[in-house]
Amino acid sequence: MELTGAEILIKCLQAEKVEYVFGYPGGAVLYIYDELFKQNKVKHVLVRHEQGATHAADGYSRSSRKVGVALVTSGPGVTNAVTGIATAYMDSIPMVIISGQVPTHAIGLDAFQECDAVGITRPCVKHNFLVKDVKDLALTIKKAFYLAATGRPGPVLVDIPKDVTTDKCKFEYPETITMRSYNPVVKGHTGQIKKAVQLLLEAKRPMIYAGGGVILSDAAPQLTKLVRMLGFPCTNTLMGLGGFPATDKHFVGMLGMHGTYEANMAMQNCDVLVAIGARFDDRVIGDPAHFGQVPRKIIHIDIDPSSISKRVKVDVPIVGHVPDVLDDLIKLIDASKQRPEAKALAAWWEQIKLWKTKDCLRYDRKSKIIKPQFVLEKLYEITKGDAIITSDVGQHQMWAAQFYKFDKPRRWINSGGLGTMGFGLPAAMGAQMANPDASVVCVTGEASFQMCIQELSTCKQYRLPIKIVNLNNRYMGMVRQWQQFFHGNRYSESYMDALPDFVKLAESYGHIGISIDKPADVEPALKEAFKRKDELVFMDFITDQKENVYPMVGGGKGLTEMILAEEL
Amino acid sequence: MRHIISILLENEAGALSRVSGLFSARAYNIESLTVAPTEDPSLSRMTIVTSGSSDVIEQITKQLNKLVEVVKVVDLFEAPHIERELMLIKVRANAKDRDDMKRMSDIFRGRIVDVSEDTYTIELTGTGQKLDSFIEALGSSVILETARTGACGISRGQRVLRI
Ligand SMILES: Cc1cc2nc3c(=O)[nH]c(=O)nc-3n(C[C@H](O)[C@H](O)[C@H](O)COP(=O)(O)OP(=O)(O)OC[C@H]3O[C@@H](n4cnc5c(N)ncnc54)[C@H](O)[C@@H]3O)c2cc1C
Ligand SMILES: Cc1ncc(C[n+]2csc(CCOP(=O)(O)OP(=O)(O)O)c2C)c(N)n1
Ligand SMILES: [Mg+2]
Repeated sequence: MELTGAEILIKCLQAEKVEYVFGYPGGAVLYIYDELFKQNKVKHVLVRHEQGATHAADGYSRSSRKVGVALVTSGPGVTNAVTGIATAYMDSIPMVIISGQVPTHAIGLDAFQECDAVGITRPCVKHNFLVKDVKDLALTIKKAFYLAATGRPGPVLVDIPKDVTTDKCKFEYPETITMRSYNPVVKGHTGQIKKAVQLLLEAKRPMIYAGGGVILSDAAPQLTKLVRMLGFPCTNTLMGLGGFPATDKHFVGMLGMHGTYEANMAMQNCDVLVAIGARFDDRVIGDPAHFGQVPRKIIHIDIDPSSISKRVKVDVPIVGHVPDVLDDLIKLIDASKQRPEAKALAAWWEQIKLWKTKDCLRYDRKSKIIKPQFVLEKLYEITKGDAIITSDVGQHQMWAAQFYKFDKPRRWINSGGLGTMGFGLPAAMGAQMANPDASVVCVTGEASFQMCIQELSTCKQYRLPIKIVNLNNRYMGMVRQWQQFFHGNRYSESYMDALPDFVKLAESYGHIGISIDKPADVEPALKEAFKRKDELVFMDFITDQKENVYPMVGGGKGLTEMILAEEL
Repeated sequence: MRHIISILLENEAGALSRVSGLFSARAYNIESLTVAPTEDPSLSRMTIVTSGSSDVIEQITKQLNKLVEVVKVVDLFEAPHIERELMLIKVRANAKDRDDMKRMSDIFRGRIVDVSEDTYTIELTGTGQKLDSFIEALGSSVILETARTGACGISRGQRVLRI
């Protein structure tokens, strides 16, 4: 029996066990929507803007380890989706984006709502396809899911012209797939792994630096085992938080631009560094020349060879899938009689403890105005560290990363690579869909929140009981902080004027809004909000306008050139 | 340093723009780029002449390998290789200097492939340098038009690039 392209697409999504498609309809995808209507296995979530669809699919994926799926129409549908696609690309999130296209015969004729979706998205996808013949559709969808989820994950776009959705052919969904041009490595090279073990066992000032690759590959158990068996200090990047338990005694905090003093000092001064699923980002090591001033041996485990020796030359590159490589490392260390020199390691830990006494995350706890850090500490206490936290971009994002101690992976969901304001709320929707019983919290700022504020309507429609923590400082705080530090206090266009009354705004969407402006009210408000299990609660915390994120490594500075909080 | 990178890639629409897009997006140099199908029609072979430090060249090869449609990449400069480029060059050849032109073409082992009343079109192959020298030897006053393919290359001896 022959099926139409639209029928085939839905059958493919069903075969991939797709639970939710986040989307927005339009002319080019009408036949696809028609087929969605006729079945109930794949559920559609109607967002209010295509950016929201991509971020929601992204949040769904990050919190569930499944491929997120978005569906948008041609032209403005796909251009609206680009921000979300680029966000997923920078953080290596597996997603499949289906976009409608004008009919094949109209392509290139400046047809209504035509845009070159494949061309526009090419630099921000792992791969993309234009399906010109219905006979290629099923195989292309299979490839898209396979590419998105394997190797270094990433978004894949499939552009489907309208006539392809009505053309017919026989449907067959391939069980498995191989592509001669695409063979991601899984197992690490044995010789390299042996070299790494040797370096680890001889290290005197070791450091383990683990990133988003650990989360993406679900390697938290292996990482935790390795760190504990060696007794080494461990740091996480912003993307790696939760990959190692933050409350473990080996954890020295996040590193980088807003990392802890001890993490950055240890990173700089170690003699053997193991980078695991992390890419030596400029916000992590600062100026690479400054970083290179201290001699150290570097072992780098990454599935993408192009991440290795890109910004920093490494001594032992290991290309492979983190869990497999760590299993091999652990086996070899287990089998070896040698152990790292205890005296040297103890001295190293003494040094780290000394650095810790700087108490680099301290803030004024006696303040009469609400300190954002205080809100996050209370949030951590009240949710017992077990919520899924999404965030937007800015100071609030950094404070959430610093003050919420993530013990488990996939609980911290934020846009690190692209730094996309507007990510938080739609990502929380995806996370709540994937984890209906979890407490999902969106930590945001009054500027970021307004970038995807329309999704409050989606939250109402699908009854998503997200808790929104708005750290309202009436500034684009992160921009203001840079202007204070590096632009002579000239707060050019970073003040948020004419803000809405967020409480009324939440209420007008049918949600609950609370405004909190005294430190004493923070805890009761949070408790009240989490009691309302079935409702979205928007908490508008009026916080200190001029609070800064410390420590801070200025742009282009060395990792240890940190600006610390003035004496409090 | 100058490098010649040879790539086998799926002969699919869009593959070329992925490669050229990569070079512009990452600000890699590109001196020339040639591409044509191979004896296996499902594969194309592309030759890119680029330049950069060894770190940059390493990133270029890694980034190329990462493209889903790229099957294989080699840097021909890693081993002895042969490099050739084809040029078609149209020159002024009036009665009085027709013989001179012919002689010049012979010296460079060119072939005259088209003749008109006062022009010659010469076909010349060789390294880029040889083609440059020919252009220089002729002088700009007689050159009417040039069309160059950009370099292609192949390893010497047993080394082969195939799947
Ligand atoms: C306002 C702001 C401030 C920031 N400040 C900081 C900061 O202070 N500190 C900080 O750390 N970041 C900070 N960032 C984030 C920063 O920009 C980067 O996004 C982040 O540091 C990158 O994290 P990562 O190195 O873990 O790499 P990711 O982007 O998470 O990349 C993952 C790596 O793992 C590899 N990988 C993927 N899958 C696998 C697998 N299966 N096996 C092996 N390897 C795999 C990938 O190839 C890649 O190299 C900030 C961002 C913003 C917006
Ligand atoms: C879409 C987008 N535009 C601009 C920026 C630059 N930017 C980074 S942080 C920031 C301010 C964020 O303000 P707010 O959401 O209030 O957070 P705060 O820093 O005050 O906590 C801006 C404008 C960005 N990251 N994303
Ligand atoms: Mg703000």
